[in-house]
Amino acid sequence: MEILDEITGKDYEFGFTTNIESEKIPAGLNEEIIRVISAKKNEPSWLLDWRLEAFKIWQGMTEPEWAHVHYTKPDFQAISYYSAPKSKPKYNSLDEIDPEMRKTMDRLGISMDEQKRLNGIAVDFVMDSVSVATSFKEKLGELGIIFCSISEAVQEHGELVRKYLGTVVPRTDNFYAALNSAVFTDGSFCYIPKGVRCPMELSTYFRINEAGTGQFERTLLIADEESYVSYLEGCTAPQRDENQLHAAVVELVAMEKAEIKYSTVQNWYPGDKDGKGGVFNFVTKRGLCDGYKSKISWTQVETGSAVTWKYPSCILKGDYSVGEFYSVAVTNHFQQADTGTKMIHIGRNTHSTIISKGISAGHSNNSYRGLVQINSSAKNARNFSQCDSLLMTDTSGAHTFPYIEVNNSSAQVEHEATTSKIGEDQIFYCLQRGLDEEQAISMIVNGYAKEVLNKLPMEFAVEAQKLLAISLEGSVG
Amino acid sequence: MIEIKDLKASIGEKEILKGLNLVVKPGEIHAIMGPNGSGKSTLASVLAGREEYEVTGGEVVFNGKNLLEMAPEERAREGLFLAFQYPVEIPGVSNMNFLKAAVGEVRKHRGQEALSAKDFLALVKEKSAMVELDGQLAHRAVNEGFSGGEKKRNEVFQMAMLEPKLAILDETDSGLDIDALRIVAQGVNAMRSPERSFIVITHYQRLLDYIVPDVVHVLYKGRIVKTGTKELALELEEKGYDWIKETVA
Ligand SMILES: Nc1ncnc2c1ncn2[C@@H]1O[C@H](COP(=O)(O)OP(=O)(O)O)[C@@H](O)[C@H]1O
Ligand SMILES: [Mg+2]
Repeated sequence: MEILDEITGKDYEFGFTTNIESEKIPAGLNEEIIRVISAKKNEPSWLLDWRLEAFKIWQGMTEPEWAHVHYTKPDFQAISYYSAPKSKPKYNSLDEIDPEMRKTMDRLGISMDEQKRLNGIAVDFVMDSVSVATSFKEKLGELGIIFCSISEAVQEHGELVRKYLGTVVPRTDNFYAALNSAVFTDGSFCYIPKGVRCPMELSTYFRINEAGTGQFERTLLIADEESYVSYLEGCTAPQRDENQLHAAVVELVAMEKAEIKYSTVQNWYPGDKDGKGGVFNFVTKRGLCDGYKSKISWTQVETGSAVTWKYPSCILKGDYSVGEFYSVAVTNHFQQADTGTKMIHIGRNTHSTIISKGISAGHSNNSYRGLVQINSSAKNARNFSQCDSLLMTDTSGAHTFPYIEVNNSSAQVEHEATTSKIGEDQIFYCLQRGLDEEQAISMIVNGYAKEVLNKLPMEFAVEAQKLLAISLEGSVG
Repeated sequence: MIEIKDLKASIGEKEILKGLNLVVKPGEIHAIMGPNGSGKSTLASVLAGREEYEVTGGEVVFNGKNLLEMAPEERAREGLFLAFQYPVEIPGVSNMNFLKAAVGEVRKHRGQEALSAKDFLALVKEKSAMVELDGQLAHRAVNEGFSGGEKKRNEVFQMAMLEPKLAILDETDSGLDIDALRIVAQGVNAMRSPERSFIVITHYQRLLDYIVPDVVHVLYKGRIVKTGTKELALELEEKGYDWIKETVA
């Protein structure tokens, strides 16, 4: 189909540079730099020691190469590991923003104020949004919910942070997790007390003004017994970042009968259509279902980044605990994504569900990599996995690497996988009913990904649908 | 309505339509019959604008416009509807959303206002009842898991929703039992009007007992080789296609 080539061949141009003035320390990584970071953040000594140990661990590790991705490895000594929170606006008005990027944001239905905020333009907050944010904080406070930056949590709720930091993703876990542990400067902390149902979707939206997203983000989310929280990360608006390497760590802990829904929409700059530039996104996300009947659901829509390496996982330790992973990953041009999940069944009667929908366009490569591990203790464990791949072009690739380890004979593990090419018959059927090619592709792709999109909170789902369509046409009208 | 002159079309190296002539006036129903492989579906696809088929000659005027110059979606918006011989399934896309988008585009093109959700639902209710399509099916994904008969009725339902000027029905009757056939025919008859034309492609005479055509054509080896009244269909039913083949040869 010519139109597919044309649509998927379009540029993703947000070609502006940022001229932010920030307080940076010299590039490079050594013990001294880590001490400086920790001192600048006025951290307690336990955290400095923790960072220094992480650094030692990292020094003894090598960058992993098993993922189905190819890229030039970052020079870790060329990165500056500390920059002060962005205080100055990058632009003075929206007129300075790339018109294509604005068009995309308009099409996503992002309001003017929101566009300004996303681009670091100082917003004259109308009374309304100030009061919304304030009443939001008040309400959370009344319920005993803690939601703040991780730096603030270190100061104000040090014992909680100390108790849980690194318990789900240990510093020894992998190369990037060790690096993140040594140098993280930013991120979110959330604690939901016993029996509390968080009444609104928690999103970084409400604290992004205070901190901004960082290169080495660290998120820690604890749901105490019988609590519930839905957490949203990222946004559908295209995000450009001067930092090529992003290595975040997210740790979730769900205690007895607690439930955490964690939804992500990731749309970092993917590089140009020749594969130049773009963010490397090497993330470690893991949730511990610690208590009886606890539940963690990961839902992700991944459309951005040049290289994605990401496996949101669940450790199902509590008996009857439940882990879920719902993912849509779109790759276009020369993007590469190696993403999936790990479901580690330890407790009895633990259940996990994996639904992965890959969409590959252009010359991109999209891999699903998943591990279902049933330990000998996990009597009556169940898993259902479904991994579907949709190819938009003949030049794109889809790969599935399912690993299944079963050590208990009472377990039931089901795996289904399909690969299909977007149907010319389907597109023609839509055209014959009066839809144009863009609408047709958007409809077919969203239909394909529906099972996952349905898991997103309502407002996010609507935006994500538009995002899928736009990502596949390359964001230029 | 539509005027086809000396239309030639190929797929790959193979010429399938070899100089086809056909004129359908507003309000008329034309039946096209002919043995398998004579090019009936090809004609339907070429008129709808499928790009696999290369038009190598001739012209088609649709309501005074050059049809062959239009993109497939423009043809649809201009009022050309094709009920597919093999309707495809579109998993995950609800019939309702699909039709809402389609009806929206067509109305926009005609300069009509968008339907309110309430009016749209009322229209769905009315038209789906006309083809006795289970209300459930309207909410399921497009053709997914539909039986053969349900798919065909869904095509007629979509036609009723889109109110085309010219509807081409490609073997909408094949695979239908007599009840389903009656329902489909009822749907078509309810839509007959002096401003609307139909091209009914069929293999069997029996559909024409229910949808009475003004003109019957026989398409054979890419050409219309015989044209007559509905009695021609009866004659074909009785004698088969062999005598036609012989007269052509
Ligand atoms: N996509 C295609 N590729 C190759 N040959 C085709 C294709 N479509 C139709 N044909 C050929 O064209 C001829 C006419 O087919 P068709 O229009 O489907 O006939 P009918 O609908 O009258 O049975 C047949 O010989 C068929 O094999
Ligand atoms: Mg046919």
